[in-house]
Amino acid sequence: MMNLPTLDRRNVLSVLFPNQEDYLFITGLAGSARDAAGLTEDGDNLFTMAGAMGAATSMGLGVAMSAPDRKVAVITGDGELLMNIGSLATVSTIAPANLSIVCIDNGCHGETGGQTGHTSNKTNLEMMAKGAGITSTMTIEAESDLAKGAVFLVDAPGPRFIQLRVMDGPPTSYKRNMDLAECRLRFRNAYLNSNL
Amino acid sequence: MSDTDTVDWSKQLFDDLIEAGVTLFPYVPDAGNKHLIEYAEEHNGVRPVLLTAEEEGVAVCAGADLVGEKAVVCMQSSGVGNIPNFLSFVNGGRFPILMMISMRGDYGEQNPWQYPMGQAVEPILKAMGVLVFYVDSHDDLGPATEAAISATFKGGKSAAIILTQRFLGAKAF
Repeated sequence: MMNLPTLDRRNVLSVLFPNQEDYLFITGLAGSARDAAGLTEDGDNLFTMAGAMGAATSMGLGVAMSAPDRKVAVITGDGELLMNIGSLATVSTIAPANLSIVCIDNGCHGETGGQTGHTSNKTNLEMMAKGAGITSTMTIEAESDLAKGAVFLVDAPGPRFIQLRVMDGPPTSYKRNMDLAECRLRFRNAYLNSNL
Repeated sequence: MSDTDTVDWSKQLFDDLIEAGVTLFPYVPDAGNKHLIEYAEEHNGVRPVLLTAEEEGVAVCAGADLVGEKAVVCMQSSGVGNIPNFLSFVNGGRFPILMMISMRGDYGEQNPWQYPMGQAVEPILKAMGVLVFYVDSHDDLGPATEAAISATFKGGKSAAIILTQRFLGAKAF
């Protein structure tokens, strides 16, 4: 039986990514998007989703392959990742060294009413990532693991996968830009200008 | 269509895509994209991306676009049924996504399972704002490819090059 999570999701990303400005972030919808928007203050190194559930890992893969000199992080949730779990196999085959996937696993569908998810039952996402062939994986369950997670994101060979088990509770309160065409251009222009 | 013919038109399509600057070829394997992907595997500077489902490829293409690169997602017509929800960011975010779709369930199809999705390809793509450019004969291939590339990488739309069974030939059962 797994221990009950004790981590508050609102406090984890800032420990894992002390230098968030060094990353390009792609997130799934709902809580993971808000937590990442809080981390970057909805920065131009962030593209969040508010729909298209399941797209984050694949979009992050496209970014990582096309910007091999930049660090790319996907921030997803347990429900979002499971909706397109095959994307982990695709990541494993391509094996981009600059890609990290952080799954904030609250074990439920927080955005739609907190309905129980598979990871509250028997599903283990770190094992699924390993099974897909991603060799650098870890599970973080306690405050004391977070610093190890930050080191793992720097030192472990990519691609990396972190399952971050958190309590069921509200995500970061952050009102992000929801105009997706504007957000595409913001991210794209910032990246292209940084490469001039 | 003989295998030699398939190799020839696949090379023509591949060369046009390379000239347009395409660097990523996410794909779900299909007879219609077999040789195209082989060319991508052999070509320096471009990479095929084997997918588990077609929707992944739409997102991979969008990721490439976010950092200024170009991609084409290659799939069989049945895969169009897997992508509509991901076309929501293509449509709403004005991502210029290029697709190459090899048809089943149209001209001369013998497998009854292929008709429902084959016949739904165009209405689904149109409902989600994707332009369609059909290839019914070898003469259509160059112009349709050019039209789809113009629509996406110059016009900022999303577009599909659709290779029909009239062009590809129907699989015999």
